[in-house]
Amino acid sequence: MLEVNNLKTHFKTQDGVVKAVDGVSFSLEPGETLGIVGESGSGKSVTALSIMQLNPKPPVEYPEGEIRFEGQNLLEVSDKRMQAIRGNDIAMIFQDPMTSLNPVFTVGNQIREAIRIHQNLSKSEAQEKTVQVLRDVGIANPERMVKDYPHQFSGGMRQRAMIAMALSCNPKVLIADEPTTALDVTIQAQILELMIGLQEKYGTAIIMISHDLGVVAQIADKVTVMYAGRAVEQGTTDEVFYDPLMPYSWSLLRSLPRLDTAGEVRLLPIQGTPPSLIFLPKGCNFSPRCPFVKDECHEIDPDLEEKKPGHSAACILSVEEIEESKHRVDEELGVES
Amino acid sequence: MSEGTNGHANAGEYLLETKNVKMHFPIKAGVLRRTVGHVKAVDGVDLQIRRGETLGLVGESGCGKSTLARLVLRLLEPTEGEVVFEGENILGYDRKRMLRVRRNMQIVFQDPYASLNPRMTVGNIIAEPLKTHKVEGDRKKRVQELLEVVGLSPEHYNRYPHEFSGGQRQRIGVARAVALNPKLIICDEPVSALDVSIQAQVINLLQDLQKEFDLTYVFIAHDLSVVKHISDRVAVMYLGKIVEISDRKGLYGEPRHPYTTSLLSAIPTPDPEKERQRRRIVLAGDVPSPANPPQGCSFHTRCPRAQTYCVEHEPGLIPQDGEANGEANGEASAHRAACFFPVEEGQSIEEPATTTPYRAGQST
Repeated sequence: MLEVNNLKTHFKTQDGVVKAVDGVSFSLEPGETLGIVGESGSGKSVTALSIMQLNPKPPVEYPEGEIRFEGQNLLEVSDKRMQAIRGNDIAMIFQDPMTSLNPVFTVGNQIREAIRIHQNLSKSEAQEKTVQVLRDVGIANPERMVKDYPHQFSGGMRQRAMIAMALSCNPKVLIADEPTTALDVTIQAQILELMIGLQEKYGTAIIMISHDLGVVAQIADKVTVMYAGRAVEQGTTDEVFYDPLMPYSWSLLRSLPRLDTAGEVRLLPIQGTPPSLIFLPKGCNFSPRCPFVKDECHEIDPDLEEKKPGHSAACILSVEEIEESKHRVDEELGVES
Repeated sequence: MSEGTNGHANAGEYLLETKNVKMHFPIKAGVLRRTVGHVKAVDGVDLQIRRGETLGLVGESGCGKSTLARLVLRLLEPTEGEVVFEGENILGYDRKRMLRVRRNMQIVFQDPYASLNPRMTVGNIIAEPLKTHKVEGDRKKRVQELLEVVGLSPEHYNRYPHEFSGGQRQRIGVARAVALNPKLIICDEPVSALDVSIQAQVINLLQDLQKEFDLTYVFIAHDLSVVKHISDRVAVMYLGKIVEISDRKGLYGEPRHPYTTSLLSAIPTPDPEKERQRRRIVLAGDVPSPANPPQGCSFHTRCPRAQTYCVEHEPGLIPQDGEANGEANGEASAHRAACFFPVEEGQSIEEPATTTPYRAGQST
């Protein structure tokens, strides 16, 4: 349904070209959930904004690639057509529910506006629909709450209102960009539960963008790991979490304190910091920080290639070499793998 | 974790104690700015912190963790209660005596972007505590040593904070905190603002420093996995009160308070199989406002096992029996929870086994 092929999103700045997204491909089927994980600056959000065509142009350029949604390339459709797709077929919720609602309009007003733009409904029908979607996302007393302003809502309720707005037009794809990062864990659990429930009910495909590997493990069917603008590993959630084939994904999992092993094993930090997107390192982008690095890594820039059926990684090491290195470091750390 | 726990608790064992500490911020309204109510940010906290241990303090935003940290350092003046550091109540201290105490208690802040003065060089930032406390000797040399201790290079001395990444800035904050060889460091969400791959660097650094300099930590975080990783004992806060406290094993292995239980079940772990099998306890609603906390047990509005008794009575921190470690090692090491119907091992949170309140006589 949605297919992203070799997407490149570059920002032209005075200091040089920032390759925020530099060759990302994935596909999404109805009812499926794709998780995109990566650190800040890895290009997760820019990928999402590229699909929505919400990146400011200029400075943004799309030198290569295509985003196919139901046969049409979103990078080429007219603004008017895009306007019809955005919100109606592909909707997005943002990280910060505090800033994504307009403080001077009531919540009901804002949801009604979205409905009225995209659907041919009368004012009273739109009002009815607004109350109904708010009830759908678990807001108590929706008849009264539609008249409230965003500041009268708590953080969790605001995110629910954002989800209500996004789902009000029954989109086929919902892009959630760190939807729970600003929320407390108990509220995060509520929101994730809600999203899973709504997906079952409406069959919406979800792209879940998060830096929290736990959130992705909970909700995603398949995972794309991003690093410095590239997709560096792709596979089903189980494959990526249990058998990561890219040293970056593996190190990320080892650098995280986990509830089941916390306090018993020492964490393995990833050395250094993510590279600047203007001056990328020579060879593999991850080579300066990679625990398994070889001399060739500083020369060869690996492409994403299928290492096992359906499971690809961007690394020049063979599967055997990676497995061996993982075991070696695990033994040093005292982790049972 | 326990050296020197010989049967009974004596005063010298604790580096820091808080006794019934309260912080009620007044709410002012109207033209006359009259006080119309109070936000009970911290509402009666008793804590004992042993030398050399790490006490984790967890809770959701607004539960009073950071306020408590500021009360302990006397950056805020508590409304009520005592803060006892090395056996003495520091609340009555004047400026001069307070300065001497502060040498031994330092803080690392959450936001490494806001907590370093952008117009000062790194060298000056780290040397500032040395100047304030009039430490004699070659300050530049000492600062360069400190830079090395926290994993930065001594050449960074003349640089400004904006030249550093988030993780490096947090290292600078840590260097400033250990500059005076303090006994206690309060870490207020020190890794929350950092990227996952950088978090581990700072956590490992804090653990290494603790071993090297014999530090005592109060580690505040909302991330329960991080707290489990670094803490010896953990206290859970809800609406300005401690609702459960125990050693790490007890709290994570056999949580008694329904809030702790649901908090633990809400954390997503990076293990897809476990995630699929897990039964999550999703709490209804939001945290109530601390300006108007519920009657009785403050958790009853969201608690799946709340009963009328909970609405009418307020539970104190009740020792949870079972484990012998409790009473034997003195009060501080016991597993205590503020609940009339604590969760028994293997029990589902929704169904209390009994309608008789647990040790109701000890409620306050």
